Amino acid sequence: MRQLCKGNVAIIKGALLAGCRAYYGYPITPASEIAEAAALYIPQVGGTFVQAESETASINMVYGAASAGIRVMTASSGPGLSLMQEGMSYLAGAELPCVIVDVMRGGPGLGNIAPEQSDYFAMVKGGGHGNYRNLVLAPASVQEMAELTVLAFDLADKYRNPAVVLTDGFVGQMMEPLDLEYREVVAPPKPWAVQGTAETRKNMVSSIFLETDDLEQHQRQLEAKYQRAQNSETRWEEYCTEDAEVLVIGYGIVSRVLRSAVDQARNRGIKVGLFRPISLWPFPAKELVRAAGRTERILVSELSNGQMLEDVRLALDGKKPVAFYGRVGGNVPTVEELTEKIEEQMAVSA
Amino acid sequence: MEEKRAAVLDDPASSSGYEIVHSKSKVFYPEFERKTDLKHQTHYCPGCGHGVAHKLIAEALEDLELQNDTILVSPVGCSVFAYYYFDVGNVQVAHGRAPAAATGLKRACPDKIVIAYQGDGDLAAIGTAEIIHAANRGEKITIFFVNNTIYGMTGGQMAPTTLVGQKSTTSPWGRRPVNEGFPLHMSELLSSLEAPVYIERVALSDNKNIMKARRAVRKALEKQRDGAGFSFVEILSPCPTIWGKDPMEARRWVAETMIPNFPLNVFRDRKVEIPVNNAPPQKTIAELIGIEKKVDGKTSEPARNHRFHDLTIKIAGFGGQGVLLLGQLLAEMGMREGLEVSWLPSYGPEMRSGSAHCHICLSKERIGSPLISQPSVLIAMNELSLRKFASQVAPGGVIIYGRTALPVDFSCPQAQIVCIPASELADKLGSAKVANVVMMGALLEETECLSPATAMQVLEAKVKNPALLELDRKALDAGRLYIDDTVAVGAVTQADGFAQ
Ligand SMILES: Cc1ncc(C[n+]2csc(CCOP(=O)(O)OP(=O)(O)O)c2C)c(N)n1
Ligand code: SF4
Repeated sequence: MRQLCKGNVAIIKGALLAGCRAYYGYPITPASEIAEAAALYIPQVGGTFVQAESETASINMVYGAASAGIRVMTASSGPGLSLMQEGMSYLAGAELPCVIVDVMRGGPGLGNIAPEQSDYFAMVKGGGHGNYRNLVLAPASVQEMAELTVLAFDLADKYRNPAVVLTDGFVGQMMEPLDLEYREVVAPPKPWAVQGTAETRKNMVSSIFLETDDLEQHQRQLEAKYQRAQNSETRWEEYCTEDAEVLVIGYGIVSRVLRSAVDQARNRGIKVGLFRPISLWPFPAKELVRAAGRTERILVSELSNGQMLEDVRLALDGKKPVAFYGRVGGNVPTVEELTEKIEEQMAVSA
Repeated sequence: MEEKRAAVLDDPASSSGYEIVHSKSKVFYPEFERKTDLKHQTHYCPGCGHGVAHKLIAEALEDLELQNDTILVSPVGCSVFAYYYFDVGNVQVAHGRAPAAATGLKRACPDKIVIAYQGDGDLAAIGTAEIIHAANRGEKITIFFVNNTIYGMTGGQMAPTTLVGQKSTTSPWGRRPVNEGFPLHMSELLSSLEAPVYIERVALSDNKNIMKARRAVRKALEKQRDGAGFSFVEILSPCPTIWGKDPMEARRWVAETMIPNFPLNVFRDRKVEIPVNNAPPQKTIAELIGIEKKVDGKTSEPARNHRFHDLTIKIAGFGGQGVLLLGQLLAEMGMREGLEVSWLPSYGPEMRSGSAHCHICLSKERIGSPLISQPSVLIAMNELSLRKFASQVAPGGVIIYGRTALPVDFSCPQAQIVCIPASELADKLGSAKVANVVMMGALLEETECLSPATAMQVLEAKVKNPALLELDRKALDAGRLYIDDTVAVGAVTQADGFAQ
């Protein structure tokens, strides 16, 4: 049954379906509705909602709950995510599964509350200390806010790693039809969890490896895990790429505007297609190379100064020219604006 | 690990003086397998209070038969390796965050014993917010707070508990309140809160005080076992290495210098009645998230034969004019009529005072951009919005303006404009609040984009109060009638076709 739902609220509906029973967070625009929905819903299924004293505390409450093996999440926006970086490094180091939502807004500093995609580096490349990765998923619709949250919980457990749902103020604030089907949650067993029982007494959650060789071995094992994810967890979507001469690349809200721009440009006779990464880490590099193979020009658009752009360029390894069009400060390009940029690309390649 | 500690650990001469724990509680591992070497002794310096505090805790857990039930959260500080010794569930956390992690653990395992063990830098400096708020929430955890007035692990820097005049590597002339402030008294500070049930300060200065400490440790754990609430034991503890004293001198320093500054006391030992008002109702997930099996079949209307392929609507006005709600109603109606829909609001603080607007897309296909730059319809609730957004309207589009007439100097040749005094009509019905529904009536009559019957269905679903629903019905009709009449006198022409 379709229901009109706000993106931020859909996150919590997905989380409930995924068996999440604990939420720890701190309010911030444009993510606050996630905390509000959690406060309203999670206690009604016997779970825990606590408004923490800070994002620093939130992420460490998440750390504690994850240590006990339950499905747990938090959400925030840029300034809050900055405070969570320490905790995210510890979570990755201790291999604790959890879901962290970042509804991106304008930065740096207090910036503003309008949408940006400028936390890409922090989330995808790892904003905390040490060698680690977050699994990062980027929804572009309300339906995906719920579905990718469910997936994030599954991936987090599968890889024993934090998973980030990376979205922006527009996808968080907008309403669209949401169609969810009930599913039974089968979270994998967590024999490593610390639960205050005879069976788990021997368990220890920690990120300390005092001996250099031990820490190296630990990191090698993390690396092997990340490689496994790299091999099997890339997700993406293509639109009109079969015959495309220009390929446009964008994620989240930008991919939505790009989709309309593709329609508009095609009406004007331009063969353009859209490649939308859904998983930002692992980045669908191989798939992008394949999609780009047929095209002559590539245009990346982001609400940033060119962050995902670097991954696109790495994937294409200098084999294709990659143009970039970014808007920042909370401005989102219009369909006409992007269509014009696509036309410019055609002009270059002509 | 930081250099000074490593030096102490690596010095074979000093290792001979380490405390070797022989008659151990069985809550300690028989052999410290997690250590890389010297598996029969702790890593603590000779005469260190941490070893004694560990012993007291292990004995209490053994006597209370809580070993299997216990989760120990170890901090960052000299006791970072508490998990080497305690044969219980162990969780090691970031510097200062133990009370937050313990909160997450305890809420996940409410029947278990969760202990956070913290030093003074950990608890009273970097983790001040976490400890105060965990205490204030009355988390049913136990904190053992080892106060040695110094940062041991990092080699003797000033702590928040360093005494006035006490030298450290970062207070080389002794702590000077003019620069560093005064020592923090955490037990006293936490005693100002409502929720804690047990707060005591003890000292590892001599056998008599160690016996008192033993009782306090036990009592704190009993409080948690009995579900009483937050319990906290501050343990004044010697750090001979950093203090540059031998173990006996260090104990004496606790007795003679620390205790006068940090008086031993039971600050709190009481039952705290925490009201459990307004318990949330319990529901199934399906109920909560609105995916229960279809009950009445009419939840989703069959697709109407809409005359448009895409329709984009921008609504703008002052905050408080119901701009966002009107948009939601239209999106909901579109969805019920089988269309793809999106609703994108302006959001944040500006809504509270200034202007608000929202974008609605209705489409027969998956919607690309929910952000509209060229609306086919503009609903302008005030003059400001009209002037600001009219030029964006697509050629052949429609503007519905919520006033009797256009401003004299205004023109917008590319669009058809309909004026309707929505507030006045709403006022006449008894509430200016339904001006947005009047505007909806005008939109439906003018453009026939969605059906008035769907509008009523949506309103019925949203508005539970029958009197208000009746008001909405009248407002909808008033809007429709007004347009009907206006069209009859030929003031505007019907706009049926929209720019795609
Ligand atoms: C975020 C962060 N900042 C600084 C440190 C370095 N550090 C480790 S232990 C410590 C102080 C520990 O002092 P205390 O809590 O008094 O414990 P003690 O060693 O005296 O038992 C510091 C500053 C760290 N590990 N993490
Ligand atoms: S430095 Fe001080 S606190 Fe640390 S182990 Fe040595 S005596 Fe104990």
